[in-house]
Amino acid sequence: MTPDLPQNQLVDLLRRMLVIRRFEEALIKLAGEFDIGHFHVYIGQESTGVPALAQLQTGDLAFTTHRNHGHLLARGTDPAAMLAEILGKATGTNKGKGGTLHIASPEHGFPTTSAVTGGCTPLATGAAFGFSRRGVDRVSVCLFGDGALEEGSYHESINIAALEALPVIYLCENNSLEALGQKANEYPSSTMSAAPLTDLAASFKVPTITVDGTDTGAVHAAMAEAIGRARGGGGPTFVEALTVRWPGNRPLWPQLLTGVTDLTFAWDEAAIPEEHSKWHGAQDGLLRYVRELVTAGHIATDDVLALDGEVSTQIEDAVQFALDSPYPEPESAFEGVYA
Amino acid sequence: MESTREMLYAEALVEALRHQLATDERVHIMGLYFLGLTPHRQMVAELRDDYLDRFYYPPIAELGYVGTAIGAAMAGLRPIVDIATASFMFEAFPQIVNEAANTYYMSGGRTSVPMIFHFNHGVRGGGAAQHSHSPQAMLWNTPGLEIMAPSTPRDVKGLVKTAAASDNPTAWVDHVRLFDTSGPVPEDEDFAIPFGVADIKRAGRDVTLFASSWLVQRALEAAELLEQQGIDAEVVDPRTLSPLDEEAIIESVAKTGRLVVVDECHRRCGVAAEIMAVVTENAFGDLQAAPVRVTTADVPVPFSPPLEEHIEPTTDKIVAAALQVTGH
Repeated sequence: MTPDLPQNQLVDLLRRMLVIRRFEEALIKLAGEFDIGHFHVYIGQESTGVPALAQLQTGDLAFTTHRNHGHLLARGTDPAAMLAEILGKATGTNKGKGGTLHIASPEHGFPTTSAVTGGCTPLATGAAFGFSRRGVDRVSVCLFGDGALEEGSYHESINIAALEALPVIYLCENNSLEALGQKANEYPSSTMSAAPLTDLAASFKVPTITVDGTDTGAVHAAMAEAIGRARGGGGPTFVEALTVRWPGNRPLWPQLLTGVTDLTFAWDEAAIPEEHSKWHGAQDGLLRYVRELVTAGHIATDDVLALDGEVSTQIEDAVQFALDSPYPEPESAFEGVYA
Repeated sequence: MESTREMLYAEALVEALRHQLATDERVHIMGLYFLGLTPHRQMVAELRDDYLDRFYYPPIAELGYVGTAIGAAMAGLRPIVDIATASFMFEAFPQIVNEAANTYYMSGGRTSVPMIFHFNHGVRGGGAAQHSHSPQAMLWNTPGLEIMAPSTPRDVKGLVKTAAASDNPTAWVDHVRLFDTSGPVPEDEDFAIPFGVADIKRAGRDVTLFASSWLVQRALEAAELLEQQGIDAEVVDPRTLSPLDEEAIIESVAKTGRLVVVDECHRRCGVAAEIMAVVTENAFGDLQAAPVRVTTADVPVPFSPPLEEHIEPTTDKIVAAALQVTGH
């Protein structure tokens, strides 16, 4: 379903999703030419991150993970500065100090990105503790994958949030539902005796919501409830978004296994190739959202393609900016150790 | 004459694990990332397939599974537990530092913790601040732990054998940049390298280059470059930090009179600082020039390639330091 929002906001959500998709596709191509270390892309989870984070206000904070690009872009972080960072350039969001794993953009509500599994849960809880003690009307969102629930830090943190009724939302993007990589011995994925994962919040008496992460409207509604509870003093909520691991995320390094996304697949079922037909036809939350918008008459197919063209140009410019940017001066390695 | 085969470091590492599994049923392995995310990791997967009931692939729960291995060691197993990237060890620090290291002493010698913690330390390229730690100095500040830091296929094979036989918890400091290096490994099944015995990786008269783990390879490279300038460098590899072969270092300095300490820990309170202290306390009179440290700078490891290279102990920096202490 589409979120209960005015048409211009529905299209704005689509634009943000397209920015993420085209950004990550461009990055995978760039990674073939540059050694950017181990990196992770958000393809296939745009329909979770974008509607979830669109509802945050200035001053709210979010703490993400190694799969951080989509979250930052969803909040409007400049793709050019992000790509520059990922290539280690001086013009990057972190001046080249962080790289793909650690993109920070405080002005968009991301003070830091910890790439340590489970690193973000205490930080997000702590931000909410700070809001609570300062008496400000702000919320904190903790973004993590199902794997983070295996770490003790989650359990210790949510207990504190529950005891103190802190304004924090734990948004678990469960992308291990089709974790074929685990079987292929490629990828450590969720190894959890508890099921469903929401039990791991319910046992702390924290309210939970389970939502289809490919359903933009459902995610939007779930986060509206959770954020409303946090702002209203009702304490934490645990949201489990059931997403599907994009086939290109199954190898150790992302690969464009499903090709550069063809948006016409959203309305022209016959055009969908046999290979990965399930992905294009049912599992890709972005295509699903486009399909829903078009079917409901919120946007014409020509306008979808025009919007995509604008976004693609923006990303091409961002790539060029990153490529043209200089590396930092070596001596700058010694700057910024202490505040 | 010792009979040897030429092997990759990664192959020698896996052969060492295989030997322990084959010869001691108390040996169980936790974790699969001994060889990091390199293609060599397939060899560990094959070993796992050969010994399925002796492997355990844990959840992402370092505190939990490392502690589980420690408890199992108290109950009769001899676990070899892989923590993958050294930085992840901090998630398990309480169990390693406050449990494993203390138990034997604290129990009045009644309970030992015979196990190995494996991790890949240091700058691997693009790891940035949260995946590039060299925590051996932090561990060295922990009485009760043995610390091995092999630098060659031969050494990893021989040191694993000794670590596995030891009744103490041993930290196995490893480095992904070593995996593709190659060298001779003895055929002898019983080949072992005792702890606390340094190896002179290259004999020389003019300057002592102390290095461990991956940086032994860079020190050897530096020694070749120095030779072209007429400087005869000796490369001393301690092979184990705990116990430390102080005598070998002191002897080398007595011969050369000049010392460069190379290490991948940060400078403050790093391994290099301790080596400098050992030498100045014990061989002050032999030093003909102030010793020099070549270490990772005191900044979190940056991501950007030119920044990373600027703060790590490179071959060029080792050469420059050697030229400095020899008055060139």
